[in-house]
Amino acid sequence: MSDRSKSERRLGWMLCAPAAIGMLLVTAYPIGYALVLSVQQVDLRFPNDGGFVGFDNYVAVLTSSLWWTDVFNTVFVTVITVSIELALGMAIALVMHRAIFGRGLVRTSVLIPYGIVTVVAAFSWQFAFAPDTGFINQLPLIADDKNWFGDRFSAFSVIIMAEVWKTTPFMALLLLAGLTTIDDGLYDAAKVDGASPWQRFVKITLPLMKPAILVALLFRTLDAFRIFDTIFIMTAGSQDTESVSILGYNQLISRLNLGLGSAVSVLIFIAVLGIALFFIKALGTRAPEGQS
Amino acid sequence: MHHSARERTLWSIGLLIVLLFALIPVIWIISLSLKTPATVTDKSFIPTEFSLENYKGLFEGGINDSPFIRPLINSIVIAMITTFISIVLASLAAYAIARLRFPGRQLILAGALAVAMFPPISTVGPLFDMWRTLGLYDTYPGLIIPYLTFSLPLAIYTLVAFFREIPWDLEKAAQVDGATQFQAFRKVIVPLAAPGMFTAAILVFIFAWNDFLFAISLTSSDASRTVPAALAFFTGDSQFTQPTGNIAAAAVLVTIPIIIFVLIFQRRIVAGLTSGAVKG
Repeated sequence: MSDRSKSERRLGWMLCAPAAIGMLLVTAYPIGYALVLSVQQVDLRFPNDGGFVGFDNYVAVLTSSLWWTDVFNTVFVTVITVSIELALGMAIALVMHRAIFGRGLVRTSVLIPYGIVTVVAAFSWQFAFAPDTGFINQLPLIADDKNWFGDRFSAFSVIIMAEVWKTTPFMALLLLAGLTTIDDGLYDAAKVDGASPWQRFVKITLPLMKPAILVALLFRTLDAFRIFDTIFIMTAGSQDTESVSILGYNQLISRLNLGLGSAVSVLIFIAVLGIALFFIKALGTRAPEGQS
Repeated sequence: MHHSARERTLWSIGLLIVLLFALIPVIWIISLSLKTPATVTDKSFIPTEFSLENYKGLFEGGINDSPFIRPLINSIVIAMITTFISIVLASLAAYAIARLRFPGRQLILAGALAVAMFPPISTVGPLFDMWRTLGLYDTYPGLIIPYLTFSLPLAIYTLVAFFREIPWDLEKAAQVDGATQFQAFRKVIVPLAAPGMFTAAILVFIFAWNDFLFAISLTSSDASRTVPAALAFFTGDSQFTQPTGNIAAAAVLVTIPIIIFVLIFQRRIVAGLTSGAVKG
């Protein structure tokens, strides 16, 4: 190896080291620490009781009906929000791509939900639906006294609407970026061959956008799976609307049961890892980071 | 391309729906914040009486007793420090990845991707325990450190994408023309790199400004609580009044600056958000 490439290698490592350490500091070490905590009895309310308990915490979590309810809730919200977002995001992306006029206006307005703090969006939607302050119940066809947060189904509807509103812009922008990479000549050729607009969408747009769609789905699915802010503000998990992240928070921070809470944390980590591997496999060997 | 009247009408309707969809929740929270305490529960979409009462309430009592001023300062300082450190570290790494050939470039990018997918809740328990031992619980660094970790991937990907587009040979050209290495860097490379760094900075700032999970888990008082967390702890003037109006006013105040920011720099933000993902 020449001196030049040796010094280039050293410089490269030196420049990357601070960022690498910064990223490992609050991920690799804490998840290792969470693993250690999860096999012990650690309850800050009873600091004197403790010790190694093996997989007891995991058994306790995996045999509780609360955990499985929360897993169901989280998966349910994730699947529904991401599906709606994909359809809606694709529609907005197509509209922006084929804009007759006002493309800038659409882009401006979809960026507004992106810029808003999630907690603020959650409050806005909550106040809109709350029976004592909201305008939604004053609309025609909706009962004046409907208590949206009083049962599981309607509470989830509002939670999902707020999530979709906040995160569809991100999806739409990613899909739009994918759309712009498609060669217009393909559509012209298909038109000459007599393909209908729907055929052109299914046979040209969708296949060519598969990588862009999968990347957008990967990021949004992982993000949706972590849902915390909106549920915390709207219901705090009441009416069986708790997500796994809320369960983890309740065990760790509210009940100070670090052992049990860490077992929940590790299980969430494993679930996220599983989702990520699934999508990366679906993407094939293509790295989503875009190596040139 | 020619468009028929029917196409134009359909398009206008689509445009209107997208606009309403995006704007109604924002207009609603602004409207709520401008209602008087007596009419805040009148359920009308547009206030019947306008007042700034809710905003005044946020600032009453000055810095010590106001429920809003301290968290606002905390939010601003924490987000700015996070942004600054994150951009400095990410720029060094992105420069190396974009320009130098060394084994491990892919490792850094893959690591950043892994961190971007990492569930923050999995680190909250250990951090809570560690920060209490280290004295970082309820302090600025206690929030800045996790924000740094989770914003670095975003910053690195955005900056690598921008840095790859920079014609670095210009630096050499300037040196041939008689500029010193430092002059070449400052006059040629910095102006070319600045837009990318600025874009990454906006994205990181929005990320730190938005966080709620770490903010409620790792703080316990107004000493370091940021606005999103403080909003969750707002109480009414008495135990019988809901803080709806005050929450709405605070929500508007933390939202408006970001929206103005996003609108001014929308092209850059769109470029930044999509830079890493599309080239796949």
